[in-house]
This record gives sequence, structure tokens and C-alpha cells, in this order.
Amino acid sequence: MSEALRTRPPPPSAGARRLGSPRPAPPHQRLARAGEGRSQGEQHHHPGPPSVWRDLYLASWVPVVGLEIHVQISSNSKLFSGSQVQFAAPPNSLVSFFDASLPGTLPVLNRRCVEAAVMTGLALNCSINKKSLFDRKHYFYADLPAGYQITQQRVPIAVNGSLSYSLCIDNKMSQMVTKTVRIKQIQLEQDSGKSLHDDARSQTLVDLNRAGVGLMEVVTEPDMCCGEEAAAAVRELQLILQTLGSSQAIMAEGQLRVDANVSVHHPGEPYGVRTEVKNINSVRFLAKAVDYEIQRQIEELENGGTILNETRSFDSKLGCTIPMRDKEGKQDYRFMPEPNLPPLILYDAKSLPVNMNHQQVVNIDWIRERLPDLPSVKRAKLVELYGILPEHSFTLLNEDGLAEYFENVIKQTQMKPKKVIGWILNDLLSYLKQHALTVKDSPVSSFLLADLLNLLERREISSSAAKQVLEELWKGEGKTPLKIVKEKKLELIQDQKELEQICQSVIDRQEDEVIMMVLGRNQKVLNKLIGLVQRATRGRSNPVLVKQILEKKLSE
Amino acid sequence: MLKGYISPYNATVVQKLLDQGAVLLGKTNLDEFAMGSGSTDGIFGPVRNPWSYSRQYKEKTPPKSSSENEESDWVITGGSSGGSAAAVSSFTCFVALGSDTGGSTRNPAAHCGVVGLKPTYGLISRHGLIPLVNSMDVPGILTRCVDDAAVVLGSLAGHDPKDATTIQDTFKPFELPNLIDVRKLCIGIPKEYHAPGLSSEILALWSKAADLFKDAGAKVIEVSLPHTRYSIVCYHVLCTAEVASNMARFDGLEYGHRADMNKSTESMYAATRREGFNDVVRGRILSGNYFLLKQNYENYFIKAQKVRRLIANDFVKVFGSGVDILLTPTTLSDAVPYMEFIKEDNRTRSAQDDILTQAANMAGLPAISIPTALSKRGLPVGLQFIGHSFQEKQLLTVAKWFEKQVKFPMIQLEEVKRHDCSVFQHQKSVSFL
Repeated sequence: MSEALRTRPPPPSAGARRLGSPRPAPPHQRLARAGEGRSQGEQHHHPGPPSVWRDLYLASWVPVVGLEIHVQISSNSKLFSGSQVQFAAPPNSLVSFFDASLPGTLPVLNRRCVEAAVMTGLALNCSINKKSLFDRKHYFYADLPAGYQITQQRVPIAVNGSLSYSLCIDNKMSQMVTKTVRIKQIQLEQDSGKSLHDDARSQTLVDLNRAGVGLMEVVTEPDMCCGEEAAAAVRELQLILQTLGSSQAIMAEGQLRVDANVSVHHPGEPYGVRTEVKNINSVRFLAKAVDYEIQRQIEELENGGTILNETRSFDSKLGCTIPMRDKEGKQDYRFMPEPNLPPLILYDAKSLPVNMNHQQVVNIDWIRERLPDLPSVKRAKLVELYGILPEHSFTLLNEDGLAEYFENVIKQTQMKPKKVIGWILNDLLSYLKQHALTVKDSPVSSFLLADLLNLLERREISSSAAKQVLEELWKGEGKTPLKIVKEKKLELIQDQKELEQICQSVIDRQEDEVIMMVLGRNQKVLNKLIGLVQRATRGRSNPVLVKQILEKKLSE
Repeated sequence: MLKGYISPYNATVVQKLLDQGAVLLGKTNLDEFAMGSGSTDGIFGPVRNPWSYSRQYKEKTPPKSSSENEESDWVITGGSSGGSAAAVSSFTCFVALGSDTGGSTRNPAAHCGVVGLKPTYGLISRHGLIPLVNSMDVPGILTRCVDDAAVVLGSLAGHDPKDATTIQDTFKPFELPNLIDVRKLCIGIPKEYHAPGLSSEILALWSKAADLFKDAGAKVIEVSLPHTRYSIVCYHVLCTAEVASNMARFDGLEYGHRADMNKSTESMYAATRREGFNDVVRGRILSGNYFLLKQNYENYFIKAQKVRRLIANDFVKVFGSGVDILLTPTTLSDAVPYMEFIKEDNRTRSAQDDILTQAANMAGLPAISIPTALSKRGLPVGLQFIGHSFQEKQLLTVAKWFEKQVKFPMIQLEEVKRHDCSVFQHQKSVSFL
């Protein structure tokens, strides 16, 4: 008898949410879809949510989104045992006696995991609890060998923080707004193993490599209102974690897993019933899943239905959420203090006893002093130092290694940063994206690019010539920009006389345009002539100079 | 459940003994998962008290009239570490390890006429001890005399990085003095330990022991541990709760017995656990899970934790008022015959038998049972000493003095009478270098 798809039972509610029965909207209020007109004809200006949600406000639904983010701590060994932490190792090769729950084994806390949690807590502006406790959360599942997970339910290690992130309004990079989501708590807990269901042979295969790996569960308050906000918040969290080094936070490798809690309600009414959406494998899918779920709930309620407090799985192929086969509804996890672990005591400079062996303790202040610059600080520095736009700083930090690349180019060129940034973001980055390369793998090093930009800056070549050189450089044949310029004869025509000759010949050929110019000083026509000159010179003419010459000639 | 299971690692206490040159002679029988006070509920059958076959017992207790079953008179060892106590008592080995969660080392020690030491919680590593109640379990030491216990304690105690509940302080092994002066001591007699059901024999022995100290110049006073009577109920809640949690890992998936059931993971778990656990264990798991349910947690588990604190505070108050050692009985009576013991169920028996030993586990204090005298029926009776936390040296010193005074008789097993008696003197068996 083949077994139905076994799924994880839902974890406990992160915080109590009031359950209310939403009043179904009157039938004449249809759900307005993006870009398809408004139902009421009123214009609300909301600085935050993009236009789709403005429509929702008009349909008087307020979506509420909270996240539970499980972050795998980057450490050599697991949270309570000495076995190694490694992605994609042969099944059951990284399992200690404790991980396999052999009787008589005991948990011993990993110091590095505690430090990672403290770092993360500080970076998220949390208060670090100097005394936190461990608990057992009981449920039976094949990938949980002990029959319970060690977590922190009563007193977690960090509470009451905040995470700031930025959004572009209306998809325009030029307008960014900063939002904040409150962090309810961060708790240390064990990861479970993995189970693979082989329905064909009616068996479940269990791999315990991941069982016992340290996790930080970051629980947010339900402060977000749409998929975009959730995605932006998670993206920022990823950057913070990667900057701290407390986690590599790669979603594809399961180092960051997000569950979204979604509900909708009418303004002024209590929160609606929420559902939990799991199985979200990327930031992009997170936005999709949240938006889909909001839409689904609204439609359900508008049609007079109700929302069940259930767990749903996101199907990335279909782009929708489907209910997960739940067992008996609510699970009682029979929480109990973990008797084998004494309370976790952390110290700061004030409370550290004088004769304490500092190898034995974790000092919060010591960690705080050594925190690296967080992304928001780095971005602010980039903007201040180089005069680039805020949205540029976002792109620089979003791409692994791009900010360093940019700064390296700046160091080696006389070109102003404000101009360099264009080359980095428009030319370099688009080339990389087209060929699916990382900054690290770029065939054009910062040295080469700087060299090229110097040629441009010294007016030895024009910008369109520079673009041609860049194309050559991409081939990665190891030629210097200067060599390419010489090979392709891309030097700017320096000789005024030669330039004047070419301009004249263009004017002579384009009689119609000339007449129009004489008649009306048409800028468009002038640009066309400039373009023709550029073509004639194969990009070797200085557009500014050409413009001057043409204007002079035409005025004669 | 663990039939055929061979642990791939040694417990810290076992490894320490092996590292010191000890020779492992074998493993002993016990109540399944250490749940019981008779050592009668193990899969290998009940353990028989060697004293059942001693001349002392046979003389005092004539066999029942039906001659066919000479075997029916044998008495239990007490439990749950009955096999270990029997092994030491019958001269099978020098020392045996047991566990003590509610009295499981001291109880059989008293019934088998051997020394049973429960160390302070956190002194000896529990790594490798299959847990019953993590917050109360300790490895127990069973020997024939107090000096032996001190030697073994010296090689076992100390911080273990594999057990986060062991204390960090370095432990200094000690040797007990031969000349002991008890005049500076204050012995406390807790009145609540005059429990209902305490046999008049043991009551008299307890009184005689108190007089012994008084006559030797010690100060002997009556004290009160008012919350003693709640300890059994409190223990029941906390023990079953922790048991339910600790037993959750036995699912047949990674090791041990696995039922031959393929329908689903859940049905396999259920069948495995039904087949692998006896009634006693299953009963405790069900109780424990009940107490841990969200709606019951506050009323049972939290309440019991609070009561535990009160019980522990009783001891703190008494020890803080100048009392050095408490003197109490270990058991309510001498060992009962097996046929009588099994008339009541395990739970009832445990509740009755743990009453005098249980509170020391609640409070984490060190305690030791010393064989004191033979009962009317020719069976051993022990008395218990409870000491200050981590003051094992003082506890064992007092115990040794007492041992010297009472001169508990050697077991006279008919079969071994042939051998040279001098081998079995109740003196220090090992010289401490």
C-alpha cells in the first residue's frame, strides 16, 4: 500500500494572532486587478505599496505578511555534536552518535553557533538575552531521530530587533523607499535530517547529515504587506548574514529557508485567519507565493468562503499554493525544558567576572566591537565617498564582489566615480548577466577596465570606441585596451582639419538636412548629422567637437 | 527494545574504569529501563537476592511446607540495579555500577547487604548512561565496603566535556582516614522519614544508630524536612514526563528492535514501541505525555518543578543550620519474597519503596546506604546517610566510621564455605597507592 505524501507538521505559531471572521465584501466590490481600472475612482497615494496593492486598498483588503526564516549557521560542526557540517556529502556520512540519537548521548553546545546568533542579533538591533534557555519540542517524524528537537521556546537568545530594507516604487530604480520590519526573536535550534519519499517502492529514505546542524530561526512580526516587501526584506537579511559570515544564506543550498504567514482583513477589523506557506526555494518564488496566497485568500473571502488555518505548499511550476496533507490539525508539541543543557549565560564587559577564563564565555561587547560594516552602512559609505546614487549602491552590493570591483577600478583610474558607475552597472554588469557569469569570473579585470576608462578620460578614444574595445576585451584574449585600439585604429581623430573635411563631406551629401537646419536649427537633424559623421569616422570622432564644427559650418 | 543492541561507544564511567585497569566481568540484570524497585521487570527475568541462599536466611526462615517448590521463598534484591547489587553481594566482582534516579542503587544495596553510593548530581558523567530522568539520574557505585567505594569514586568523578551537566571544578580523589572522630559532627534525624509502613525493626535500628553517634560524642538532633511527603507525587510527574521525552527516540529506525510493519512510518513506530516496551515503560510514557500536554503543563509539570524546589530548599535550610549529615533508614523493611512482591504492580511498589531515597535525587544530594544489621528473618537492613552537595569525603568518612561500629556480618553462602574464609574479610579490598 503506497503511502500518501508525508509532510512535516506545521511548527507552532510564532506569536498569538487574533483570529477573526472577515466580513465578506459586498458583491458589487469586485477585486480590481493590476492595471485594469479602479473600482472606486479614488486616488490614494500610498508611499509604500506598488500600484497593485493600491487597488487592493480600494477593494479594502489589507494583506498581512510575517516570515519565519530558518538560517543555517556557518560553522564547522553541528550545534550540539562534533560532526561536520557540509553540503551534499554522501548520505549519512556526517552523523555522530548523538545525531543518530543513540541512547546515552548528550548534547554539548557549540560556541561558534552562539557567537553567530549573537552577531546576527546585534546586526538586527536586537536585545541579546544574557540568559536564555533550551527546550525540547516533541513530535514523531522519520527525520527527527530523538523524537524531539532542541530549540529555544521559553527564552530565546535575542529579541525585539528590526530589519530595514529598501524597495523601488513602481519598478523605477530612481525612487527607493526604506521600510522596516520588526524582528520578534532569534532562537537557536537543531535542523532536522532529510527524508525522501520513494512512493514507487513504498519506502522513505532518511539522510541524517543535516540532523543537528545549527539553525537560527528569525521570526518577524507581521509588518509586511506584499510579496515584494517580503522578498526585499529577505534579500537584505541574506546580505547581512553574508557580511557577518554567520551564514552563507544560499537558498538553493537550503541554508536559508523561508516560511510565510499570510492573512488578509478589512481595515479596522481584527486580523484574518492566517495560512502558512512553505516550500519556497528562492527569493523570487517568495514574492510569487506570497502574492498568490494574498490573491487566493481575497478571492476566497469575496466569494463568501472562509480561510482555514492550514499549511500550504508553494508549487513553483504552477505558481500557486496547495494545501499540505495535515494530520490532526493542531499539534501539541509537549514543550519541556531540556534537562541536559544548563541555561546559556552570556556576558558583556560589565558583567564579565574578573578571573573568568575568556575561552569559556561569550562576551557580547567583544563581538559587537568586531562586527563588520553592515550593508546599509557600506551603501551609505559608497554614496558619500563616491557621490553615486543610492540605488546604485544597492546594485553594487547585490552582486557578489561588484562593490570591490568598482572600488578597484576607481583606484586605478582618473575617471570620476559618477562616470565609472555607468560603465560598471550598464556595461560590465549587463555583459556578466548575459553570460551568466559572476564578478569573480569576469574576463575583464578591474585593471583592464580601468585602463580602458583612462584612455577614454584622456580623450584618446570616444565612448563609442570604448564600447567596441570592451567587446574585444570580453573575448578574454589577454590584449590590453591600448593594443586593441591600435589594432582596430580606433583612436580619436585629433586632426581638426581632417575632421572638418569629413564634416563637410557629410554636409555635402545630406542636402535635405542642411536645408532643414538652415530653416530651423532642428536638434534632431543635427544629431543625425553628428551620427553620420560618427559612422563615417567609425566612432573615432569626438562628438562635442563634431557638433561644434557642424554648427559652425551650417551657420555659414 | 534494545535486544541485540551493542553500543558502539563506551560510557565515560566505563571507559574510566577500563583506563584504570579494571576488568569487565559482565553486564548485570535490572528492571527494564531502570523502572522499578524490585529488579523483577527485566526481559531476562527477576533477579534473586543472594541472601535467599544464605545460611542466615535459611536458618531464620523455614521453607514453606510444600517441599516441591524450595525455590518459592527466594527474596527480591530491590531495584532497579538489583543485578549489580547481587553481583557484589555474592562476591562475583569487586565493584558494580548501577544507576540511581529515585533510589535504584541504594535500595538494592540495602536489601543485599552491600554499600550503595549515590554521588552528587553533576559529579560523575552521565555520558553513556541511558537516561531515565535526566535531571535526577546519576551513575551509582556498589561495593562491599566504604573504602572501595571511595576508590571507585576517585577514578570516576570529575568534569566530562561530553556531559554539559558535570561541574567544571577539578575533583581531587581522596583517601579516607582510619581514625575518625565524630565528636565535632552534627547528625540530623529527619522526623518525616518515620514514614508510614516503616517496620518496627528498622525503626529500632535507626534509633540504635542515632544512639551510637550520641554515645561517641556527636551532636544528634531531630530535624524537619516538611515537604518530604510530596516527593513521591512530585517525582511521579517529573519522572514520567522526562521518561516520555527520553523514550521518544526508540522508534526502531536507527537501532534496536524494529517491528515487521511496512504500511507506514507511523504504524511501524507504533508497533515497534508496543513490542519493544513492557507495560511499565508504556504506562510511564503515557502518563508523562499527559502531563506535558499544553493544557496540563502548568498544573502538573510546572507545579511539580516548584514543589521540587521546596523539597530541595528543605535540605538547604537544614544543612545551613549546622547539620553535617542526615541519618535515615534506606528501606521500609527487609527484602520481601518475590511471590509477595509481585502481588502489587510496579507503580505501587515503586511509590512505596522509593519514599526514603527519592528526595535525595530531587535535591541532587549525595547519599549512601550502609549495611547495618540482619533482620529477624536473617536478611540485610541498611541505613542511609545524606550529605552536603559535593561533600562526598565527609559523607564517606562518617559512613566508614559507622561501618566499623556495626560490623555487619559476612554472607554465608553454603557453596562458598569450602573456600578459605580469610579471603572474604570485610576489610579494605584494595590498597590505595
